[in-house]
Amino acid sequence: MTTGALHILKPGLLTTVQDLGRYGHQASGVPVAGPMDTFSHRLANQLAGNTIDAATLEITLIGPDLIVEAETTMAIAGAQFEVTCDDRPLSPGASFQVTRGQRLKFGRIVQGARAYLAVAGGIQTEPMLGSRATHLVSRMGGFNGRTLQAGDRVPIADDSRPRPQRKSVGLTLPTKGRALLRVMPGPQADWFHPDALRAIASVSFRISPQSNRMGYRLQGPPLVRAREDELISEPLGIGAIQIPAAGEPILLMADRQTAGGYPKIGYVISADLPIAGQLAPGDFIEFHVCTHQEAVTALISRERQLLRYADLKDVS
Amino acid sequence: MLLVELEPAIDPVVNERAIQLASRIRDRRARGIRDIAPGYRTLGIHYDPLQTDLAALERMIETEFAALASLEAIAPREAIEIPVRYGGEFGPDLEAVAQRAGCSMADVISRHCERTYRVYMLGFVPGFAYMGRVDPSIASPRHRVPRERVPAGSVGIAGLQTGVYPVESPGGWQLIGRTATVMFDPGRDSPSLLAAGDLVRFVPVGNP
Repeated sequence: MTTGALHILKPGLLTTVQDLGRYGHQASGVPVAGPMDTFSHRLANQLAGNTIDAATLEITLIGPDLIVEAETTMAIAGAQFEVTCDDRPLSPGASFQVTRGQRLKFGRIVQGARAYLAVAGGIQTEPMLGSRATHLVSRMGGFNGRTLQAGDRVPIADDSRPRPQRKSVGLTLPTKGRALLRVMPGPQADWFHPDALRAIASVSFRISPQSNRMGYRLQGPPLVRAREDELISEPLGIGAIQIPAAGEPILLMADRQTAGGYPKIGYVISADLPIAGQLAPGDFIEFHVCTHQEAVTALISRERQLLRYADLKDVS
Repeated sequence: MLLVELEPAIDPVVNERAIQLASRIRDRRARGIRDIAPGYRTLGIHYDPLQTDLAALERMIETEFAALASLEAIAPREAIEIPVRYGGEFGPDLEAVAQRAGCSMADVISRHCERTYRVYMLGFVPGFAYMGRVDPSIASPRHRVPRERVPAGSVGIAGLQTGVYPVESPGGWQLIGRTATVMFDPGRDSPSLLAAGDLVRFVPVGNP
């Protein structure tokens, strides 16, 4: 296997290298990063014949234009874009063979916010602390710790062994920029008025333009605290809904800090985090309170969807 | 993430229990656990919900915590020394901190240096250690509007906490000096200079 590259002609809006994330160093304050939609990242890898931990490119709203400098198999999952390979439209949800020098161009986005481009063998940037995931704020991992720029050559494996074509139906993407996310009570749910959790479930929140891979700022009616204590900073997990003093929630996403001092009224359940990852500023979120058992059931059925693809008969 | 909560206090013994609990749970290498991070008085256990037996994990936490209940004192340990150039361009807020404290800048420096600080937790950015407690006479509130760029190595005070910015980042702490010590280097065997539970002393250098 010699080394190939993705030669970036236009980088798109925000294209980063991601794998499943930099776990194991949060005690030193190292954020996890990783895909905003882990499900679609894993699916893209499965379609390309990779293990789920291979690094992919996360592509946000406006996709890149690039030359593939390798013979390889590729796949795209997640947000639906109009994509062409040497001006020939690609059918969504299927892996495809690429020969050296072909041009892959992302056009209009049709649905969702983030697509994952997998290549056979994975993106081959240098891992940092055991992961290739890009964390933008600490400039760590991925391609020099930053978003891709025109002229970059992103190293990939040159794996010309043909891999069978695989097809799938991906994540059910949010329609009309609205998504329902299920939540469970957070560790400080009792810091708010007793019906606050139900209250956040009765309105829609708009994702503010000041949102990014760290978190979504949500615009809606402010939440009133029942206690005014200062919370002692504590570890944070993905999906936490924290409420700063002004009362507008922040939904913590992939590039979140490892710890924080705002009270957390709830957590978005794991099964619905990929849906959250397919939202963009201006989109709307509605929350729905659920039980632990419902969360587990939802996650199992989400995972079954991936297992199904893993077992899917290769299409030749 | 599972959040384990100890007593709601910023206290060295409570913090030591959280750190040792994290280490004991880490040593058990239970299936499905991805990462464990202690806080001041909590620990966050990041787990894969499909690989983890949550009830078994909760029982294990209780067993390990019971074994720590008798921990009342912290074993003595060496303090790590961090050389700091105080004031001037390195510590643009030193004068304001002195004014608020009603003392001279030299007094702020000596009060900041005479204590040995405990690292309670790391967070914010890689290698950023929250240390305490600062002499209450020089405790200072955060800037209402954080600076967009705080240079790497800046030593600051926020409330009763002190800390060092490992990389250039935005920040609201009152900056009193700067160190050349590299706080975080992903290429090192142990990337972060400081870990929760460490003791730290600041040593003034190059000040007139």
